[in-house]
Amino acid sequence: MSKAFSAIGEERDVERDEFTPGLEPQPTWCPGCGDFGVLKALKGAMAELGKDPEEVLLCTGIGCSGKLNSYFESYGFHTIHGRSLPVSRAAKLANHDLEVVAAGGDGDGYGIGGNHFLHTARENHDMTYIVFNNEVFGLTKGQSSPTSPKGHKSKTQPKGNAKDPIRPLSLSLSAGASYIARTAAVNPNQAQEIIVEAIEHDGFSHIDFLTQCPTWNKDAKQYVPYVDVQDSDDYEFDVHDRQEASEMMYETESALYEGTVLTGRYYEDEDRRSYQQEKQHRGDMPEEPLAERYFDDDYEWERSYDFIDRHK
Amino acid sequence: MTDDELIWRIAGGSGDGIDSTSQNFAKALMRSGLDVFTHRHYPSRIRGGHTYVEIRAADGGVKSRGDGYNFLLALGDSFARNPSENAVYGDEEIKPLSENLDDLREGGVIVYDEGLLDAEDVPNFEERVEENDWNVYPLDLRGLAKEHGREVMRNTAGVGATAALVGMDLDHIEDLMADAMGGDILEQNLEVLHDAYDQVNEKEFSHDLTVPEGEHDEEQVLVSGSHGIAYAAIDAGCRFISGYPMTPWTDVFTIMSQLLPDLGGVSEQVEDEIAAAALAVGASHSGVKSMSGSSGGGFALMSEPLGLAEMTETPLVLLEAMRAGPSTGMPTKPEQADLEHILYTSQGDSHRVAFGPSDPKECYEQTRTAFEIAYDYQIPSIVVYDQKLSGEYRNVDATFFDREPAPDLGSTLTEAELEDAPHDDSGKFERFRHDTENGVSPRSIPGQKGGRYLASGNEHWPTGHIAEDPDNRVAQVERRLQKLESVRGDLDERDQQTLYGDEDADFGLIVWGSQQGTVEEAVDRMNADGNSVKALGVSDLSPFPVEEVTEFVESVDEAIVVEMSATKQFRGLIQKHAGDFDGTLSSLLKYNGNPFEPAEIVEAVEIEQNGGGELPTAQTTLEPAAGD
Ligand SMILES: Cc1ncc(C[n+]2csc(CCOP(=O)(O)OP(=O)(O)O)c2C)c(N)n1
Ligand code: SF4
Repeated sequence: MSKAFSAIGEERDVERDEFTPGLEPQPTWCPGCGDFGVLKALKGAMAELGKDPEEVLLCTGIGCSGKLNSYFESYGFHTIHGRSLPVSRAAKLANHDLEVVAAGGDGDGYGIGGNHFLHTARENHDMTYIVFNNEVFGLTKGQSSPTSPKGHKSKTQPKGNAKDPIRPLSLSLSAGASYIARTAAVNPNQAQEIIVEAIEHDGFSHIDFLTQCPTWNKDAKQYVPYVDVQDSDDYEFDVHDRQEASEMMYETESALYEGTVLTGRYYEDEDRRSYQQEKQHRGDMPEEPLAERYFDDDYEWERSYDFIDRHK
Repeated sequence: MTDDELIWRIAGGSGDGIDSTSQNFAKALMRSGLDVFTHRHYPSRIRGGHTYVEIRAADGGVKSRGDGYNFLLALGDSFARNPSENAVYGDEEIKPLSENLDDLREGGVIVYDEGLLDAEDVPNFEERVEENDWNVYPLDLRGLAKEHGREVMRNTAGVGATAALVGMDLDHIEDLMADAMGGDILEQNLEVLHDAYDQVNEKEFSHDLTVPEGEHDEEQVLVSGSHGIAYAAIDAGCRFISGYPMTPWTDVFTIMSQLLPDLGGVSEQVEDEIAAAALAVGASHSGVKSMSGSSGGGFALMSEPLGLAEMTETPLVLLEAMRAGPSTGMPTKPEQADLEHILYTSQGDSHRVAFGPSDPKECYEQTRTAFEIAYDYQIPSIVVYDQKLSGEYRNVDATFFDREPAPDLGSTLTEAELEDAPHDDSGKFERFRHDTENGVSPRSIPGQKGGRYLASGNEHWPTGHIAEDPDNRVAQVERRLQKLESVRGDLDERDQQTLYGDEDADFGLIVWGSQQGTVEEAVDRMNADGNSVKALGVSDLSPFPVEEVTEFVESVDEAIVVEMSATKQFRGLIQKHAGDFDGTLSSLLKYNGNPFEPAEIVEAVEIEQNGGGELPTAQTTLEPAAGD
């Protein structure tokens, strides 16, 4: 165990309460908001995995969703709108022993941060990304988001949104995520199981997390009843088969807007190297966590003087 | 203007190997014991298009490219011909000869490749040669190269011819060629070199230009501003770089990307500049010294993560390699007009530290400072330089770089120190405490026991949680601002400004960045001519060295601010911080894509001192003092 980061990898039983900030304010989310479900599931998953709060870095974006780490006790980085992924990616490269989780809304992740989402999935960083999909911009008061249904009306879309919603699962698959699931706040048990799986997975895990927004999507029960595709005999497909997973995702994404909420695991590629492994394989990244060296008095730092000679 | 100098210009088509040839030749001159300075002119084009590199070499005192040049090696633009040999794209092919004549000094030497260039196509060539007393040596460099194997070796032939014409022996050139290649290729090149040398050496020379003599100092190295920056970052312990290519920042990004993997570091080319800077913030937050950078347009995208770093007090070093703007502007031309962009971008009462080095040595020193300040004070620091300095090579004593590596993370606590640090009742580390001495509250790194906190881009409590409480807000803002004052105190001790020339002079020049050397050279010339002039090269751009600059301006009757910007940004910065000085300041501006030459500055000073007159070139502007 290293002295620099001794919170990492400590083995002990961890209580879910350890993830509840002591004196911090209670969540400011609206009553009935789906975000409570994510918080609950995330705490449960961390306790189940026995993670020490200090070995976890939770990076969020901006939005109601982005406040997640204000109510969750760990190292946190509340970044800026759409940028949680590049910040977390770098944290993982700086210290790959850290447990890095990024979270944000559908506007944050599929809109303003869409480009980062594509590239983080493509690179397959070993981290977990939870997108709170409530089909609207919550914090800025109900405008259409990339997942809002076509025709969605708001003060900035008075005639109804003319765009088709984005298909986050299919998008994620084609971009290269190696673990993809959808769950819903209305089912915290499934949600917790999925978060555990996602964290255990070596590679980029994307969870499209359906969170109802009773304030801007009036029907607070918008994701009920839901169906767990793994539990239902109506849906048979192999999560390791890209083609089958893709077809299932397509069906799921079409059905959502017709009122059928399908959730579960959609895809897992266990063979693909994570980005860190890929870089290490190429000699492009050290085996030891880079951040450790700054605390190691014995580490021999190379200096520019050694290659200045080339210029003689 | 000294006569004891060789200013050699090699001109050809972009992609014809001009760069590598000139670098080798510059090194050979350095090994001959001379001070060298290179200047690169190239179009925003990958292959073809007129390009040149100029190398100035003298025994000491070389601070700029100088004015004009005295030796032209015109190779021809091979890409201007299509493979059928006959077709030529417009007048591209003759440009290496025709485009370069304006700056060639009287009595200068021309070698041109008659295998590629037809001097008869160059308008008024004969007359101009006669008028200017030029010495012309046509040579079939292309034919000579082909004879020994490959046409590309005509550059080598040109170097051989040059050596014969200026009385340089071939030792250093041969050594450098042997370092760069081997086997048959080396053999063939050596043959071409000697053949060209001999063919020219047998001729009668009508010129009296010879390479100056110097003593070989084995400790000299030839480095660019980009090397200075990259090596400084490495010595500072930077082991993470993230970026997106953009000229001219790409030079540093390339050097670092090639070195870091072998130094146990990480380099990331990412999707855009927002991501690039955000990654640097993430890595630094997690305990690795990191850096990102870009040029104008890319830096515009970094405004967001820059503010995030400031608010979360994450140490961050950014580079900005300026080129002419606005928008995509002129990708391969220098300008100093991103000054206000780097100082004022990002919302709120935002602030950062910024340095403008002026040569490869200052690039090294000030990038080291940028890292120290960023990590000690947990503040973004920016090194701003330009296209000129980025690719300009100069010789520096190698021992200059022999500094102790400084990989420490500044005001960062160890786990043992964290135990004694302030925590709230729930055991959360109070990372953003108000009550500090110099505005800096030490930080922890994720994974450390006892250090958990929330870093938030929103305003926050000492534990990091979002807060809009007015008292806390005021305390946090004031503490963050207090850091700037502490930094100013720290920088005063480092004294990074350069005072140059005659201390008692009553005429002053104020300059920043890549134009400093040129101004210094102008000062030397003026003082050698019996004038009394001095210059101040300002390196600290933020926090501004108000006292030093005020003292300087007050010590002279008049001062000209020299900058490559149309809107007097640097003069504006001086006046913003130090006041108007009652009309003491005027501006010499240039924004045509080319840097100043010493003679332009000398003439501007003469005009200013004698009251009125024509400016040295149509493309410089002398702006009167405010209120005039
Ligand atoms: C650069 C930038 N643009 C816009 C905003 C304003 N803004 C804050 S939250 C938000 C939308 C959030 O929507 P979503 O990501 O879906 O999260 P939710 O609030 O629904 O959880 C916007 C546009 C901002 N903070 N920064
Ligand atoms: S606005 Fe919607 S998303 Fe935001 S807290 Fe309220 S219910 Fe939740």
